[in-house]
Amino acid sequence: MNFDLTDEQKDIIKAAREFAEKEFPDLAQECDREEKSPKQLWEKACGLGFVGVFIPEAYGGPGLGYLEHCLINEEFWRVDPGIAHFILAGTFGSELILLFGTEEQKMKWVPPLVKAKAITGAAITEPDAGSDVSSVRTTAVLDSDEYVINGTKTFITGGTLADFLQVLCLTEPHAKSPHDRFSVITVETDRKGFEATKLKNKLGLRASDTAEISFSDVRVPKENLIGTAGKGFQQFMVFFDHTRLHVCAEAVGLAQGALEQAIVHVRKRQQFGKPLASFQVTQFKIAEMATRIEAGRNLYQKAAWLLDQGRVESHLIAMAKWFTGETAVRVAEEALQLHGGYGFIGDYNIERFYRDSKSVEIYEGTKEIEKMIIARALLGRY
Amino acid sequence: MDFELTNRQKQIRMAAREFAEGELVPIGKECESKGEFPREIIKKAAQLGFVGVYIKKDYGGLGLGSLEHSIILEEFWRAEPGLGQVFSQTTFGAQELLLYGSEEQKKKYLPPLVKGDWVMGFAITEPEAGSDAASAVSRAEIVEDEYVINGNKVMISNGTEAKFLLVYCLTHPEEAIKSNRHSILLVETDRPGYKADKIHGKMGLHASDTANVYFNNVKVPKENLVGAEGDGFIQLMKFLDYSRVMIAGDGVGLAQGAMEQAVNYVKKRKQFGKTIASFQVTQFKIAEMATLIETARSITYKACWNLDRGNVDSQLSAMAKWWACQVAVKVVDEALQLHGGYGYLDDYPIERFYRAAKLLELYEGTKEIQKMTIGRRILGIT
Repeated sequence: MNFDLTDEQKDIIKAAREFAEKEFPDLAQECDREEKSPKQLWEKACGLGFVGVFIPEAYGGPGLGYLEHCLINEEFWRVDPGIAHFILAGTFGSELILLFGTEEQKMKWVPPLVKAKAITGAAITEPDAGSDVSSVRTTAVLDSDEYVINGTKTFITGGTLADFLQVLCLTEPHAKSPHDRFSVITVETDRKGFEATKLKNKLGLRASDTAEISFSDVRVPKENLIGTAGKGFQQFMVFFDHTRLHVCAEAVGLAQGALEQAIVHVRKRQQFGKPLASFQVTQFKIAEMATRIEAGRNLYQKAAWLLDQGRVESHLIAMAKWFTGETAVRVAEEALQLHGGYGFIGDYNIERFYRDSKSVEIYEGTKEIEKMIIARALLGRY
Repeated sequence: MDFELTNRQKQIRMAAREFAEGELVPIGKECESKGEFPREIIKKAAQLGFVGVYIKKDYGGLGLGSLEHSIILEEFWRAEPGLGQVFSQTTFGAQELLLYGSEEQKKKYLPPLVKGDWVMGFAITEPEAGSDAASAVSRAEIVEDEYVINGNKVMISNGTEAKFLLVYCLTHPEEAIKSNRHSILLVETDRPGYKADKIHGKMGLHASDTANVYFNNVKVPKENLVGAEGDGFIQLMKFLDYSRVMIAGDGVGLAQGAMEQAVNYVKKRKQFGKTIASFQVTQFKIAEMATLIETARSITYKACWNLDRGNVDSQLSAMAKWWACQVAVKVVDEALQLHGGYGYLDDYPIERFYRAAKLLELYEGTKEIQKMTIGRRILGIT
């Protein structure tokens, strides 16, 4: 066993922390209020090598592991979840191409993501297909050499910013198993018939773009199929085993940031003639928050380490996802509570962290879905 | 990073599991109902090398680490907490001798423990000094070349069975700082003036010995001082940094055992025409239990691994102790709940596990003391 990060990993953390602390705080509040994504900062982050570190050297990345990607997520989220989400979601969906794409597809689509030349995304959710992925109804029909796509997707991260999206489409509606009916197709967003509408007034993560997108007879060449026709559902499940891990890191980073804000506040804030930190109930709250974070961090790092060893343990990843998500929500709540009324006003960052936190229990598998996955591993399928 | 156990550690786990299932499980219920101290099973385990594996080879042990010791205890507690506790306390205090004992003391007192010939204990708690160890008043005064000890200690593991005890005594009441007033003395239990009354009526863990002990002018030679005079409190705290992590391992084992019993039960038990495992609420309970255990195990192993590298981190030890023991109490509660009324009868072992669990949150630092340790360290309060 060895619970220590390597020196390289420690350097990555330090660099990510420095970058986030230098660049995020001045923009965080404004980006949140105005629902603005700071594109220049994304370019800068790409330039410094923080985006897509898991991408192999052959496709323009540094070829590090998913663990390193997680470490960067954690540090960015610790400073500002909204900006962090915007910057690091730029490669979300590229995992599908790396896992299942052809050499040509990887060479074509992936390198621009690292160089700040393109943003991608993954489009799965529909108005009537959330956790129940196999109810997706967006269709792709082969017409000679092209797929013709029709349908609507919602809650799509980066929908109005992305240059191309990996879209889960119904291609084999007559396949016997509902899991064999889908395919992943890359769609360039400048194709005719593609439309994206920004979804405004999200609870949190407002620096990050979320959109409803629609496909009206959008035609893409056959070569845009990623992986195998009919295997889109399974491909997405493998994809989630990767991306859920960075959500864990997001959650731990958010919780860590919230905890640190609470610590600063309780040491300064005086009531009844002494700092809040000197009250035992405060000390206990801080102890509980820190322990949960420690437990959550260990868990996701173990799952990420295993993934980087080529050992995908879906139930362990699901454990990490719900536990860290819940940790983020609970810790942010307690941290806001420790701020008292000031925490509710918005002068302090904790108000934003509190709003941001809820997302991690919902996206990329709600905590309920995670628990279903874990239970199946232990009890079998019912 | 490397989250894997070594092959040797895996073998130790396998061997400990086989021993626990083959030797401890068959006698667990009877030992609990009779409340008899199972000396023979200690001897047997010692012969197989399960006792005191962390004790250096020079003193008869295997020279392994806290992690290996913890893995063995985890397996024993998984199978039968009552007997797990017997083994948790067999060498309880030996770490203090390893840390602070003289060469002569280690040579004389440790090897018989490893052989299973002797058991020991550490007498700290008094009627009026529980969590507040620095208030202990059992007095040791030097008269000529001997310490003369007077006082009584309560709830002492192995009080009636131990060959010797380490006793936390007040030697310097005049010191201004409370934590400079105590010393640790090694007291053989066959000394005149030593008396032990076995405690009956514990909620659980009946096979393990717990006693109130009395010192009435008990004389021990000066050479029985362990470490330095006046350093008893500091030495005790250091010891607890180790022993608390072992308790965390006990908690992980108990929780794992309880969950496995629940898994077996819900797969068999039918209600409303189907197994209760098929109800989603059952699946979610199992998922939550398994995740909590996973977090507890990770944090315990991390703390062990740090101890074995000489990295004694009070905060991490306290986190592991609080978290893993809370997990044990929560998981065993849910596991019993899933057994319904049957769980309340002693037909199933879960009733025994449930009664055993609560002690984990009480001894070697209540959970409140753990949180104080963590909270104060983070907030910089002394």
